[in-house]
Amino acid sequence: MESLLTNGPALLFYVFAVLAVGAAVLVITLRNPVYSAISLLVTFLSVAALFLLRHAEFVAIVQIFVYGGGVMVLFLFVIMLVNLHRLREMQIFGVQWPVAAAIGLLFVVLIGLVASVTAFGPLNPIPERLVIVDGEVLGNSEAVAWMLFREYFVPFEIVSLFLLVAMIGAVVLARKE
Amino acid sequence: MDIGTSHYLALSAILFAIGVVGITTRRNMIIVLMSIELVLNSVNINLIAFSYQFSDLTGQVLAVFTIAVAAGEAAVGLGILVGLYRLRSTTDLGRAVELEG
Repeated sequence: MESLLTNGPALLFYVFAVLAVGAAVLVITLRNPVYSAISLLVTFLSVAALFLLRHAEFVAIVQIFVYGGGVMVLFLFVIMLVNLHRLREMQIFGVQWPVAAAIGLLFVVLIGLVASVTAFGPLNPIPERLVIVDGEVLGNSEAVAWMLFREYFVPFEIVSLFLLVAMIGAVVLARKE
Repeated sequence: MDIGTSHYLALSAILFAIGVVGITTRRNMIIVLMSIELVLNSVNINLIAFSYQFSDLTGQVLAVFTIAVAAGEAAVGLGILVGLYRLRSTTDLGRAVELEG
């Protein structure tokens, strides 16, 4: 029981990492796009859990709302819109899949090698201590909001402009002639 | 037993590679767009891991920006997909060959 408590975060990391990778493999190997979309949802939620394990609570909730909610609904809506029965794929992968798989494997091995030999130093013992205003430690959401509206205000506004442009672009692209 | 930044980097590399393989090999454009989301998600994992490692909130703020850009990208990409489907009645990228020389 004691070992479970001390190893809890490590255990959770492995559980969610395996879930995320397994669901990601299913996303690119399943034939039916609806099943792929559901697997993608599992990946998104597992990644959100991994964010929580790294004390990024705000980003985890944003991940669930935006990806698990918005993007997933968008995908399922488009899958519903296109007629899947007429899209029976003869072969789901192109002819280049062995090369692509080899390059992907090589990439993983290289990054794994670099990540395992690089010494990052000890982790920060108090990850919550990120932004202090008037001697008061802010919580994660407050701290992210503080950073967004104080230090990254112009990029924040540019992102809102970008979202407007993306919305108009999507409407123009998908509209009937 | 401690989970370090290296573990997160390795996981992120695996997700990135799966996404890239999906983008380059799948012929259904819906799956290609899903693979792009996988790649962007793997980048977010890196940002969060380094934000925790160095106790710097910039990584989390950047992750929020990435999520916003990914949402816009998904909207525009799916708009293009609907346009392609209207034009060719298929989402098979192997049959969208107008630009081949």
